[in-house]
Amino acid sequence: MKEKKFLFSGFGGQGILFAGKFAAYKGLMEGKNVSWLPSYGPEMRGGTASCGVIVSDDAVGSPIVSNPNILIAMNLPSLDKYEDSVESGGYIFADSTLIERKVKRDDVNVVYIPATRLAKDNGIPTLANMIIIGRIMKELNEFDETALTAALKKVISAKHADMLEVNLKAMRLGAEY
Amino acid sequence: MAEKVLMKGNEAIAEAAIRAGCRHYFGYPITPQTEVAAYMAKRMPKIGGVFLQAESEISAINMVYGVAGAGIRVMTSSSSPGISLKQEGISYLAGADLPALIVNVQRGGPGLGGIQPSQSDYFQATRGGGHGDYHLIVLAPASIQEMADLTALAFDLSDKYRVPAMMLADGTMGQMMEPVELPEPIELDAAEKPWAVTGTKMKRKHNIINSLYLSPEKLEETNLERFERYEQIKKNEQRFESFMMEDAEYCVVAYGITARVSKNAVIAARAQGIKVGMIRPITLWPFPEKAIADVTDQVKAFISVELSMGQMIEDIKLASSCKKPVVLCSRVGGVITTPEEVLETIKKTAGGNK
Repeated sequence: MKEKKFLFSGFGGQGILFAGKFAAYKGLMEGKNVSWLPSYGPEMRGGTASCGVIVSDDAVGSPIVSNPNILIAMNLPSLDKYEDSVESGGYIFADSTLIERKVKRDDVNVVYIPATRLAKDNGIPTLANMIIIGRIMKELNEFDETALTAALKKVISAKHADMLEVNLKAMRLGAEY
Repeated sequence: MAEKVLMKGNEAIAEAAIRAGCRHYFGYPITPQTEVAAYMAKRMPKIGGVFLQAESEISAINMVYGVAGAGIRVMTSSSSPGISLKQEGISYLAGADLPALIVNVQRGGPGLGGIQPSQSDYFQATRGGGHGDYHLIVLAPASIQEMADLTALAFDLSDKYRVPAMMLADGTMGQMMEPVELPEPIELDAAEKPWAVTGTKMKRKHNIINSLYLSPEKLEETNLERFERYEQIKKNEQRFESFMMEDAEYCVVAYGITARVSKNAVIAARAQGIKVGMIRPITLWPFPEKAIADVTDQVKAFISVELSMGQMIEDIKLASSCKKPVVLCSRVGGVITTPEEVLETIKKTAGGNK
């Protein structure tokens, strides 16, 4: 993909902004142009959170992702809201623990993954976001642990270095599912 | 070369200000600029600086006045309604010829408005904003790199001309992250401000910081002298970026976030064979009127893209002496124009002129 336009969306507290930041840093470390734009409205406080990330070979023009080619929907309201906006031929990653319905579109690649259940079953209940990231990396043929670790080190502060290994574990879970 | 880091625009402003020698920040919280204050609150105590959350915006701007009078780099930041509250103090800063940085991360208005991005404080910023005849130097960043670079430039220009400077950003620029390479920290020489009130040590005459002149002749004199400096600024400091303008028949004019959106539209229009380019003002005051005047004969029409009901459009008309039509493309209230909407306007304008 010449230009990846991610739209991460879900509940506040699911690590939507963190997952976006990870994707942005990974792009930055590959020498790409990147932008990260969060929703910052009242919806942040307990409702839906979203963040658009662009990773591009060219300079990023508008940072606003209105037509993503990679949608990450971590709850039903997010899928309802953004399903139609995904570019034809793009990807939808849906957390099937929290989203019971199927994607209606037939012109996009759909990946269902029960990330919330996998996270809970493996003792990392807060890392459903990174399980999905792992799945995305696998799907895009970008699952390279060295690159992933390098990007993780950018988003996890030295103070929380012990979180590195569990985040990697989450990504492996997603990739291997 | 320094390493590129991902930073929010608001954080980039704060860090760049510190690196430009600013050690005094006074503010009052308001969305969407609160990260500026939060960053300052964290950093200032560690570097011997002052972070103070005042009891109000009015109080904060008057603290800025005090520190500026001592010849020290100082800043405040807020968002639209808070900037309105600061206007009295900004007018006093202008009247006393004090350098300072005021950051406005705009949100929709009027009134309390909303918290989503807007560019509807253009008139307020470029026409002075408070009472009296005065201008601010107004800079409009369109990337997080510029949020940092223009912060340093704002301090330098403000010191050089003794005119308060304003960074006019918006909620998107404040909240988004992009890679940024931060400038190297600088050391400041206090002796460069011989007008500052720093104590005479019985060695020189008193310096006086004041904006009250009861003699009309004296007050007129200060106004005239100040406007001579404004003329110098207009002559020396007009800044802009020109994009695909060489053979352009249509010229989009946009700043900040709308320039980002418009760039996508210009590229898309070029792909459809429309000869369109863009002039992006980096200084809003002084407005890059020479750049507009230079292309006025070349183009068939201008398109002003702004998140307001049409404010910058007046400066485009003035700079082009109304010789060519100027079309407005805008969304307001916190809604951001899409590249598709700008493209539509370009196509319609080009179609109507064939």
